[in-house]
Formats: sequence, structure tokens, C-alpha cells
Amino acid sequence: MKIYDLPDKHGHFGPYGGIFVAETLIAALDELLVQYQHFRDEADFQTEFTHELKHYVGRPSPIYHAKRWSAHLGGAQILLKREDLNHTGAHKINNTVGQALLAKRMGKTRVIAETGAGQHGVASATVAARYGMECIVYMGSEDVKRQATNVYRMKLLGATVIPVESGSRTLKDALNEAMRDWVTNVENTYYIIGTVAGPHPYPMMVRDFQAVIGREARVQMEEEYGRQPDALIACVGGGSNAIGLFYPYIEDNNVRMIGIEAAGKGINTHQHAATLVTGRPGVLHGNRTYLIQDDNGQIIETHSISAGLDYPGVGPEHSWLKDCGRAEYVAVTDDEALSAFHALCRFEGIIPALESSHALAYAAKLAPTLGKDQLLLVNLSGRGDKDMVTVAQQSGIVF
Amino acid sequence: MNRITSTFSILKAQNKKALIPFITAGDPEPEMTVMLMHALVQAGADIIELGVPFSDPMADGPTIQRSSERALHYHIGLADVLTMVAEFRKTDSVTPVVLMGYANPVEAMGHGNFAITAKEAGVDGVLIVDYPPEECEEWVQQLQDQKIDPIFLLSPTTPKRRMEKVAKLAKGYVYYVSLKGVTGASHLNLVDVGNKLAEVRSLISIPIGVGFGIRDSAAARAVSELADAVVVGSRIIEEIENSTRSALLDNVNNLVKSLRAALDEVNSANSSQIVNADKL
Repeated sequence: MKIYDLPDKHGHFGPYGGIFVAETLIAALDELLVQYQHFRDEADFQTEFTHELKHYVGRPSPIYHAKRWSAHLGGAQILLKREDLNHTGAHKINNTVGQALLAKRMGKTRVIAETGAGQHGVASATVAARYGMECIVYMGSEDVKRQATNVYRMKLLGATVIPVESGSRTLKDALNEAMRDWVTNVENTYYIIGTVAGPHPYPMMVRDFQAVIGREARVQMEEEYGRQPDALIACVGGGSNAIGLFYPYIEDNNVRMIGIEAAGKGINTHQHAATLVTGRPGVLHGNRTYLIQDDNGQIIETHSISAGLDYPGVGPEHSWLKDCGRAEYVAVTDDEALSAFHALCRFEGIIPALESSHALAYAAKLAPTLGKDQLLLVNLSGRGDKDMVTVAQQSGIVF
Repeated sequence: MNRITSTFSILKAQNKKALIPFITAGDPEPEMTVMLMHALVQAGADIIELGVPFSDPMADGPTIQRSSERALHYHIGLADVLTMVAEFRKTDSVTPVVLMGYANPVEAMGHGNFAITAKEAGVDGVLIVDYPPEECEEWVQQLQDQKIDPIFLLSPTTPKRRMEKVAKLAKGYVYYVSLKGVTGASHLNLVDVGNKLAEVRSLISIPIGVGFGIRDSAAARAVSELADAVVVGSRIIEEIENSTRSALLDNVNNLVKSLRAALDEVNSANSSQIVNADKL
């Protein structure tokens, strides 16, 4: 296979990606690109990043063989990349550590972030505390209500949480508001985007920081199993945990890559967030990518039981991997994700995040169709402690 | 010569600056838009910037966001906006109309389809906030095939190299964003604007409009001394927002008249100076 070298120098993955922002942000993005490219190749930066991932985040995260669950499903072996064991409980911290180290080197004293469920907000507040920077987190006012514990967590870490009252008052509106803040305070402010979306260089940069997941997996698979997995499975909202796992495998054509979107209450209802499965290309939040939109090009509110997947866009690299056929994208419903959530709790003693439960749900469908010698590597991108209230509500339990 | 260029050359001959009010199509309700457009012209607007509502207006402050939300309440889309322009054109064939909005509604309609439909409706220029020149050369060509002017933004942080790029693509006028922030903000610095405009003028030959943060007659007057056109958006939207339906047209009319008077006052006082400056 041809060497994969995307994005091009303008941030394009085929027709996707790019820099679709107002003129007021162009200079800031240019500066970010130049600085990132400079530090990315600097030994001192890489050494500090690796050191922080090891001693602060707790990497490498293990690969765990879910033997009892695999046996129960009666087919392929399910292996879990344990990003849930990272500090703060998800893969998000890989990226925020990387970006905070960059912000520090760029001389920025203030970081801002958008958050939906609060996971990226917590990861941003965490690194801001760790490196001594002011932190402002924009969060839709609906999400502030739904995720009170994470709001408190961010405040404990010293961040200021600003509820966003515009639009649908959810993640996409928080992202709009963070962009507005950045335009206004660009001299001293670094914007930590939490996923592989946004204008170039964010999709590339966040991918590079998250790619530690797939690089580790390659080494661990070789060590433990003497070979690479037959398929990689990861959930896709914006798509950062999936890209992090997929990217180091892109040139291995015999490794299937499967991204799992949120089908919510069903892809035939309007209550889902299956962007790649049901959407069509457009421009939002600085890049061209698949979007969930109406005939007028207005962005439609999405639904998923998992707040981290509840986003009407998707990282542009996923759009490209879909179109060129290198990766497959499917969607699983709220109910299927919940059932996988409970299965992992009971069979393996691991409480997964609802986001990751979507990947698990698809693994549970796929495994029985394959032989017992097949290996499915599922990215267990986060732990489910944050989802207690949501899951309890589904069972009619109120704390 | 299209309507935008002829408007600027007529104004120049009269030593006047262009007043460009912005309203969002469909705000406060769809039936009012064409009436409002005519009212703006009557009060002294030279060009109308008509906002295309979008669900995620990233470059706009809260006032214009709310106007977009009010219009979206009526599901006003790009096709409806073009219908409104066509309706306006039935009784006004002179005043240029510039659509201002975001990329996705145009992408959803399709570039070629949009350019043709916009031309038929009587649109003279288009400014897509999130289409920087690098990302839209093909689309600029499609607009120009229909004799529609592509309008681009310049900002306080735009380096010289990019201004030269914009100079090659932009037609009609360029829109200088007077501050680092979103629409409707209130920290306009006239000295900074003046300095940057001198640089812009040395690189770009078409007229320069200035907008973002122009909130009253005094600011409009001051900016008109530096630029060829003054764009006022959020302040007009506020007037729309705060008026009862029955008083709305009168209130907007009075506001725009006062802005017009401010522009003309300074330019009549300075007219001899400007004539001299032109000769230099």
C-alpha cells in the first residue's frame, strides 16, 4: 500500500478537513501549526510528553483478554485496550497533556476548552492545574445540568465553567462559544480542542497525541500474541480514541478498522448521532466532513445515551477513511450499548463508559460470527463511573 | 459595471461614504424582511447586507446569534432568503444586496446551483464568513461566472502576504473586521483601525468597508473618516429586537437616518480635504 501521509500541508484528507474559519482566526491557526510542527520534532518535547504519559497518566495501558465474555459469546477473542485505566479515566488525557505542553512552550497562560459530558473539560482542567495555567471550560447549559458531578470536578481542579445558553445548549454550542473566546483573547489563550475535529492542525495534532494508543497496541500485541489483531473496534463521536487506535494500523490492510457510531433510539428516528452512517458532507467547526444536517444545511440536534458521542459532526479523517473504504462505520443503539455495558460489568468486573460500550456492543455482535482464533481489539476508551446516574435512570433507579 | 461598483463610484463622485446596514433574513419574522430592506434604503442605506440564518454562527456575538435563532424558528433557509431578495428586486433594481452567512447552507444547496439562483434573485455579492480564500477558489470562479462579487474579510491579524492573496480574489469591496472578537463587541480602537487600513489600502485597490463594534453615530462618523463604507449590524438588530412590531420600521428608520446623517456630516465638512487627497 502507498505510504499514508495525510493530511496534506493545508490540512486536507482527500476532500475533507481544511481550514474553514473566519479571517480573525487564521493567524492563530497559522501560529499553532508552525509551533506544533516545530515542537513535534523536538527531542525535549517528545521526552517530556513520554515522561508525562508514563508517570502522570500511567501509560502504557494494558491489553486485557476478556476471556469469560469471549467464551460466553462463543466466537472471536475480545481484547480490551484499557484506556479506562488512565489518570482521569479515559483516553482524553493523552491529548490534553500533549496540548498543554505545547501551550506552555508557546507562552500561553490561559487555556480554554469545550466539553459535552465533561470528560474533556475534566482532562483540560486537570492539565491546567498540573502545569499552572488558568482554565476556562465552555459547556452547554443543558449539559451543565445533566453532568453536575463533572462540573464540580472541574471546579475542584480550579477551572471556571461557563454555561453556554445559545443554540441547543449542548456540545456544538460550547464549541462555538470557545471559538468566540479564542478569537477575542488570542494573544494569551490556547484553545485545547478535545477531539480530532476543528480546523487544521487540530485533527492532525490530536491524532498524533492519541496515536500512542495504537503504537502501544502494536508492541503489546506482538509481545503477548505474536501477531496483530484481525480487527480494531472503537466508538466514534468526534473520533479521537478511534483514530488514536487506527492510525498506526492504517497501512496494515489485513487489519480491519471498524468505527462504531451512536444509533441512539435508532437510525430511522431523528434521535441518533450516527454522522458517518446517515449524514452527508458539509462544513462545520472549521472543517469539511460528514454532518447531520437538514435540507437547508442547518445542523440538527443529535441524541445518544452517551454524551461523548452526542455530536453532529465527526473528525475529517474518519470521513476520508470511510470514503476510501479503509475503515468501516456502523452504528449501535442506546439499548445495545447498555446491554454490552452490563455484560462487561458482570463477565469481567469492568464498568465501561457508555461511549466505549458502543464499541463493546458491536464486538458482541461480530465475535460470534468469527472463529475462536480471531482477535478483536476493542478500545475501552473510558471507565463508566461518570455514567452511574444515567445507567441507574434506565433501570428506574434514582439516587 | 455591477451594482456594487457603480454604487461606490457614484458615492465617490459625491464625496460620500457608503452606509451598509446588516439584518438577518427572517428576523424578527419572515414577512418583515423585504419591508425592512426597503426601510433601510429609504433611511439612507447604500448597500444591504442580508444575513443567511445558520444554526451555528461561530463568528457572531449574542445579538446576531439571537437574530439567527428567531429566523430559524420560522425555518428560514437559503432558498427562502433568495426568494426575499427576488421580492425586494421587484421594486428596487438599484440597491446592491450582499448575502452574508456561513458555508454549510451554501454547500447544502450546491455551489453551482447557488450561484445561478442567487444571480436570478438579484444578489450582487456574497460573503461567507468561514470560506477563507484558500478554501474557495473554485467557488469564487462560479460566482464570477454569474457576475456576483466575492466579498472577503480582513482582520487586524491578517498579514501582508494574505492581503495580497485576498486582493487577487476579492471584488466589490473588502470587509475589514475592526477588532479581535465577534460581532457586536465593544472594544473598537480607532487608532489601530486607522493604522491597519493604511496598510490595507496600499495593497488593495477596491473599496474598504469596516464593521464589527460600530455601535453609535460617533463611531460610525469616526470610522467613515478612515474607510469607504461603514457596516452596522448588531446595533440595528438590537433595535429590531427591542421594538414592538408596530414601531419597528419607524425605529429602524430613525436609527439608520441618524447613522446616515453622521456619515454625511463628516464628509461634507471634509469634502475639500478628500478632493485634495484624491488628487494626490
